[in-house]
Amino acid sequence: MANVHQFDVVVVGAGGAGLMAGLYASRGAKTAVISKLYPTRSHTGAAQGGISAALGNYEEDKPEWHTYDTVKGSDYLGDQDAIEFMTNEAIDAVLELEHMGLPFDRTPEGKISQRPFGGHTNNVTGKPVRRAAHAADRTGHMILQTLYQQCLKNNVNFFDEYQVLDFLIVNGRAAGVVAVELATGELHTFHAKAVIFATGGHGRIFEVTSNAYAYTGDGAAILLRRGLPLEDMEFFQFHPTGIYKLGILITEGVRGEGGVLINGNGERFMPKYAPTVKDLASRDVVSRAIYTEIREGRGVKGSNYVYLDVRPESVIKYAAMDGRTNPDGTPYTITGEQVLAKLPDIIDFCRVYLGVDPITQMMPIQPTAHYTMGGIPTNKYGEVVIDSKNTVFPGLYAAGECACVSVHGANRLGTNSLLDLVVFGKHAGLKAAEYAKQADFEKLPEDPEADARSQFEALRTASGKENAFDISTEMKKVMFDDVGIYRTEKGMKEALAKVKSLQERYKHVRVTDTGKIFNTELLNAWELGNMLEVAEVVAECALNRKESRGGHSREDYPERDDKEWLKHTLAWKEDGKVRIDYKPVVITKYQPKARVY
Amino acid sequence: MQVTLKVFRYNPEVDKRFRYETYTIEAEETDRILDLLEYVKGYKDGTLSFRRSCAHGVCGSDAMRINGRNMLACKTLVRDVGDRITVEPLLGLKVAKDLIVDMEPFFDNYKKVLPYFINESPLPENGRERLQSPEQRARFDETTKCILCAACTTSCPSFWASDQYYGPAALVTAHRFIFDSRDEAASERMHIIAETDGLARCHTAYNCTLACPREIPITKAIGELKLATITGKVE
Repeated sequence: MANVHQFDVVVVGAGGAGLMAGLYASRGAKTAVISKLYPTRSHTGAAQGGISAALGNYEEDKPEWHTYDTVKGSDYLGDQDAIEFMTNEAIDAVLELEHMGLPFDRTPEGKISQRPFGGHTNNVTGKPVRRAAHAADRTGHMILQTLYQQCLKNNVNFFDEYQVLDFLIVNGRAAGVVAVELATGELHTFHAKAVIFATGGHGRIFEVTSNAYAYTGDGAAILLRRGLPLEDMEFFQFHPTGIYKLGILITEGVRGEGGVLINGNGERFMPKYAPTVKDLASRDVVSRAIYTEIREGRGVKGSNYVYLDVRPESVIKYAAMDGRTNPDGTPYTITGEQVLAKLPDIIDFCRVYLGVDPITQMMPIQPTAHYTMGGIPTNKYGEVVIDSKNTVFPGLYAAGECACVSVHGANRLGTNSLLDLVVFGKHAGLKAAEYAKQADFEKLPEDPEADARSQFEALRTASGKENAFDISTEMKKVMFDDVGIYRTEKGMKEALAKVKSLQERYKHVRVTDTGKIFNTELLNAWELGNMLEVAEVVAECALNRKESRGGHSREDYPERDDKEWLKHTLAWKEDGKVRIDYKPVVITKYQPKARVY
Repeated sequence: MQVTLKVFRYNPEVDKRFRYETYTIEAEETDRILDLLEYVKGYKDGTLSFRRSCAHGVCGSDAMRINGRNMLACKTLVRDVGDRITVEPLLGLKVAKDLIVDMEPFFDNYKKVLPYFINESPLPENGRERLQSPEQRARFDETTKCILCAACTTSCPSFWASDQYYGPAALVTAHRFIFDSRDEAASERMHIIAETDGLARCHTAYNCTLACPREIPITKAIGELKLATITGKVE
């Protein structure tokens, strides 16, 4: 035990949620933030379009509307107390980011600028409302940079490029984590009173994804191995507009600025599926619409993609047809220069990866695996809860994409993820520091690194007859094809059998790099193990839920079934099998009703 | 098409000095250089080490030299560089292993310029945002794009000569705050970057501007900082 560190609070992950947690926890407790990346490499930085809050900087808006939109977006699976908590905190959260220096775009009066986004509406008219506060199309980048900078200003302790491998439990309470320092290969034990997981999602289990390589579900898998449950893992968001084949995200902000979806016949198709908000329906609805167009033979050139059109002449034409106006009542228009100024990164991605210039050409797009709605169950203070009675696990917290509060339910609205990580990152940090003040350190186990070491040892000594990349490729394909946008019992059963066989084959993966310094092969192989664990739970939970709701669309059960299925799934891994239980959805003001956009 | 990928290799646990390995692989012209490296790692040599995360040019992990120029491996396609490709680590930072360099001196320099928003004045009484006109916001827009990939700093001859030089990335960060109308520490930062290891070491080689994957006009930004420190005016 050469490397033992002691902190009151340890935060695992340094994206938006982890940094916010670190910032707040460090005000009241000795805190360390541990990340497998440099903090500024975290995936929050890839978020583009905006962060939602009913600031009303252009037009009337209110938190109640934001609440209702989020509840409806979640297909009534989100917990309404938590959603109301988040939307009520939203305005102050966005203003706090501005006060920290975040360079939001501005209105002519100098206020924070806002744009429309899918599913965010004026509840009276049903029309899209400008609720997404934005910094061009790099809002996540600016949040990540700003929070990291404020952490530096406040002397938060960072352990950069340390991969957390295990969570230590003593006497039923958090006792710390074990991590490997990538630069040296040394194991470190972080002895802590409170641990906050902010480890992001697991989109890398799918073939076509907007997610970073780092998104391998580490936090979820670590806690699963320690006997804790995961919530609502069947709900994964497929974002409608990824760059064809590559999956790179094209922000919904493109449609917020007036872009429209066009099928292979040159027709705008969203009015058929969402007559009121059209291209700005929520993401599950738009992704299914695209798939339906493709399956009915209206993809471009008979292939599996459609177009996203933000050419100024198209935007102006369709805005006039929709009767869209500027805040002053004049008809909505846009120029090529304005498109470039508002969406510079999108234009750049298309030029680099597709050789397409969106000012003069349409962008080929297809749905892409994007966001983990499920995850580590928590209450609205970020405390991890471990059963259907919401029993709190002492000293353990989670926030951001790895957590399931649940505010997103069966489908997340765009811009609510950035809001989620700021609001719940903050509260997890506050709660953890408060807990650490009154708690004592648990005594560390005799050999805290034993389990982490044996996981690595297995990867170093296996037979070596299987290749990790083959296993990874096969997992991603079967998950995308059969546990993707449309799901059937037959497909999911096959996928599950496949994932289980891949888990067996994984036992024969041997890492060829025997060194200690930056052994990325070992790390990647370990991450693959996490993905296989998580993929199994996703497939198992999806197979189990016999209805269609939000991002979970079953062809064999096409309707939402509130009588049987208005409940959260909890899943444990026990004796090599997934065990499932449920817990009720919190419904306060809004009774479930049919969801029409 | 077939490409020849020549990769700088160095593992301090085994190698006395660096070497190059050459791999011949099948590739599409739209493949990213990162895709080729992943393929080599998966099927030719698992020990090959490099950093990567977002894979589309926004996280800044995979800056490296590709055919002699600093680029992001995930934002450079085969069609951009041709079928004979040489990949090497960034210059001016110690190689830790293969394509991974020690980033600590780079981040140490970043931290020297007070890389955070400073405004200790009371917040607006209504608790709302500090106002900033679209023109004031546009003044520092370019320098907010930096992803700290180090492509600029490690392309700079002055940084090669001395890693005590703050380097273009740190100066870009200084610019981002000095020209932000809401920030109150411009004079403090200008004092810092006017030190010997700051602005004075920029000899306008322009390498940084050419290297930046975010297309930030870095040399121009540094020029604006020089002017500001000379005139004492931030305009």
